[in-house]
Amino acid sequence: MTTSATAPVPTNQLGLTKQDYVGAKSTLCPGCGHDAITAQIIQAAWEMNLEPHRVAKLSGIGCSSKTPTYFMSQAWGFNSVHGRAAAVCTGAALANRSLLNIVASGDGDSMSIGMGQLVHMIRRNVPVVYIIEDNGVYGLTKGQFSATADVGSTLKHGDVNEIQPIDPCTLAMELGCGFVARSFSGNPKQLGTILKAALAYEGTALIDVISPCVTFNNHDSSTKSYKNAKDREIPLQELGFIPYYDHEEMELDAGQAMEVGLPDGSRLTFRSVGKDFDVTDRLKAMKEIHEAHARGEFLTGIFHIETGKPILHDYTHTVEEPLATIAQDKVKPGREVLEACMRELM
Amino acid sequence: MLTQPSTSECVGGGTLVNDFSIEVATVNGSGSQTANTVLMRTIFQMGVPVTGKNLFPSNIAGLPTWFQIRANHRGYKARKAGIDLMICMNPETAKEDVAKVAPGTVLIYDEPLKLSDLRNDLAFCAVPFQKLVAASCPEPKLHKLVKNMVYVGVAAQMIGLDMDEVKRAIAKQLDGKQKAIDLNQAAVQAGFDWAQAEAPRQTRLRIERLDRTQGQIIIDGNTACALGAMFAGVTVVAWYPITPSSSVVEQLIDYSKEHRRDPETGRLNVAIVQMEDEIASAGVVVGAGWAGARAMTATSGPGISLMSEFIGLGYFAECPGVFVNVTRMGPSTGLPTRTSQGDVELCAKCSHGDTLHICLYPGTMEECFQFTYQAFDLAERFQTPVFVVSDLDLGMQNWASEPFAYPESRYDRGKVLDEAGLKAVVDWGRYKDVDGDGICYRTLPGTPGGKGAYFTRGTGHNPYALYSEKPDEFKATVDRLKRKFMTARDYVPKPLLTGPGVSRGILAYGSSDPAVAEARDILVEQHGKETDYLRVRALPFTPELEAFIEGHEVVYVVEQNRDGQMAGLIREFYPQWATKLRKVLHYDSTAITAQTVVDQINAFEA
Ligand SMILES: Cc1ncc(C[n+]2csc(CCOP(=O)(O)OP(=O)(O)O)c2C)c(N)n1
Ligand code: SF4
Repeated sequence: MTTSATAPVPTNQLGLTKQDYVGAKSTLCPGCGHDAITAQIIQAAWEMNLEPHRVAKLSGIGCSSKTPTYFMSQAWGFNSVHGRAAAVCTGAALANRSLLNIVASGDGDSMSIGMGQLVHMIRRNVPVVYIIEDNGVYGLTKGQFSATADVGSTLKHGDVNEIQPIDPCTLAMELGCGFVARSFSGNPKQLGTILKAALAYEGTALIDVISPCVTFNNHDSSTKSYKNAKDREIPLQELGFIPYYDHEEMELDAGQAMEVGLPDGSRLTFRSVGKDFDVTDRLKAMKEIHEAHARGEFLTGIFHIETGKPILHDYTHTVEEPLATIAQDKVKPGREVLEACMRELM
Repeated sequence: MLTQPSTSECVGGGTLVNDFSIEVATVNGSGSQTANTVLMRTIFQMGVPVTGKNLFPSNIAGLPTWFQIRANHRGYKARKAGIDLMICMNPETAKEDVAKVAPGTVLIYDEPLKLSDLRNDLAFCAVPFQKLVAASCPEPKLHKLVKNMVYVGVAAQMIGLDMDEVKRAIAKQLDGKQKAIDLNQAAVQAGFDWAQAEAPRQTRLRIERLDRTQGQIIIDGNTACALGAMFAGVTVVAWYPITPSSSVVEQLIDYSKEHRRDPETGRLNVAIVQMEDEIASAGVVVGAGWAGARAMTATSGPGISLMSEFIGLGYFAECPGVFVNVTRMGPSTGLPTRTSQGDVELCAKCSHGDTLHICLYPGTMEECFQFTYQAFDLAERFQTPVFVVSDLDLGMQNWASEPFAYPESRYDRGKVLDEAGLKAVVDWGRYKDVDGDGICYRTLPGTPGGKGAYFTRGTGHNPYALYSEKPDEFKATVDRLKRKFMTARDYVPKPLLTGPGVSRGILAYGSSDPAVAEARDILVEQHGKETDYLRVRALPFTPELEAFIEGHEVVYVVEQNRDGQMAGLIREFYPQWATKLRKVLHYDSTAITAQTVVDQINAFEA
């Protein structure tokens, strides 16, 4: 009998295997786009050497919001209330700025009940990778239209959506979000790269991921079915990602590629596919997205990136030290302070 | 000139020394607040116990507003129903103001209002305010600003205030702004001199020096609350403005800028964020509490309504957080600038399902300070939302108080396992009731060591924080939460008991306290009725409350809401004593008076 030597399980720089970034077994419908996204989150977190204990993974309520359960069991998870992950995440970020925040949300969660919180989270530039798993329907409550459903898209049982959709990406760009991207759960390579870049970013990174609901919204007359998404997706760029720990020099064809340095030292390269697309020109990008939408296409890739913007902690003017664990002696004013306050009131 | 009352009965009250009330009727936004505070502060500086209540409309400027000052040598602080000195500055309400006062009242008014024809049983004093302002203030554009100060001078002369004290009060109030101080002092002097020369002496109302306010402070409950939070080391504050709670955080911002800066970097060690609404504010509190911050928000009833989904999450997922509710008059938008105790039930059971919260009911300025401080310890010890239930009367009115004692205690951060603590635990489960008190051990996100992580959710979970729909596990969790709530009986402030030990009991809480204290004296002195008094200061109720009801034949529960919400909670927890409770209620949006308590108790016993 011959024994085949088992290949060593690859580890990342922390010595962790990919399995260490896996969470509980998914209870979503087999084939749900959300699970494909989870797989890319696991891959990106592993490649980016995230320390699990430093990760806060938060969500609202919905099938998509179950995602945090399915990755990084050794990270701190919070499945909060419908549409409100943004505020919970803002609270956690304020309490401990050394946490790395990942929010997984749905299009119902983020674009309807949670719209206000998302908008204000972007305004405050809360440090977070905010993923919208966008299927155009409410999965968990069994198939009602969401606010991202396209005009003309139908429900399984025939109802046609007549109301204009909200596009999370153009909305985020309008609000000045410094990292805006769209991907497709059926395009794992692109999604993985975008996720790594988002993890290397310092403020709010918003990623809208078209993620078909195979149970309620995967029929031909739905614009967010697998088939339709595959047919209509127009990737903007070929993305390259050189992580902070890799010093490899990329060969860039002159005039064809652009590079953006990310705060953690990683580098992101763009090679245009088809037409030129400038990720630093927010307004032009918004126009392109709208035009593509009018043509019945959806663009994917990184739409906008701007580094060096002030973030939440700059606005609160707070100390670097995590407020959650700061020592009592630092935060409790002394007796003389109370006495002075009392004298002022006498 | 001062027209003496014409009927003999109206002057029959005799001289009221250090025991009378003043009401000033002005226009919202006219700057009368400073003048009124100076009047109040002068009485305070002369050693006479005094309180000031601003009855203001829900409006920025232009609507009628009244300020009531009550001086009382015995230190009674409740609102007094009658008015002894009325100052009418608002043409719009002048007729009503004149109509509502009792015979014999001294009435100072702006001469053009021509009020002396309205009644013949008042002591009218018409003051040419415009003329006096013009003479004392060289800058016409400032006349409007200092006009109110003139009535301070007139009143000061008439009731015997010491002008040096008035000037000291002005300097204090205007905090070193010399030009403003000079102008205001000149206006007061003009009023005083005019009254000295032109107004015949009235002898009915006098302030004479006492020594009962030495060392005391004047403060409002919201400021006291802000101080409590600052000393409690609050680290995350998320809020959305709403009357009457806004000044809690506004004061906290001011104090923090001064006293919560890192000495080396100058950066703040508290994050204060104005959110987009109350839902988000509560979300930040829950998220920050989960992540280990001492987090708080301050709001009022409508805000709590919006927060209730998150408050339920905080309760069930066991995230600490302090929720200050400065109660105003509801339901709905109700009377936003008027007081009530109408949110007792809302706070006690905020959110869906079986939910029960620790609530603290401060009744004094010191308690607004202490209880806010203590709320952070309780929130962390019990890993749950804790309410500080104040109200507009406590929160926004001026109260004399003993200065606050420095809170010596070390913060109680509760059962938090750090890396070393975790190592020592063999079988860690976030929701395991290891000690049998219902309180589990928690870890904070970011704790290294590899085994502290857990998953927080508002859905059913087992002791290991794993999702569970098992009926027995769900029941065990909600039963444990009740057990945890009951454990808090040993930690919350106990009720205060006073009285000679008779069969008639009074039970009250919060801002009803001053009225009850005074009512008890009236009941003895005028009606020969002794009472015992229990002031409840927290939910969960402690055994003292049950013993009090058990030990009395009848217990009057005094509160400022329509349905007797506290009495309802007591009935729920102690159904066996339900028949002993009698509701004494006041809910017309004004602060309760002693007479209200006396009258209703007498009516029950008639
Ligand atoms: C306050 C509140 N309202 C409604 C619901 C019911 N609800 C749960 S999930 C959901 C929609 C989820 O849709 P989406 O965010 O798009 O996620 P998906 O399930 O499609 O992934 C709704 C309406 C709730 N949980 N809470
Ligand atoms: S219902 Fe749709 S969104 Fe929900 S798990 Fe199933 S496929 Fe996914």
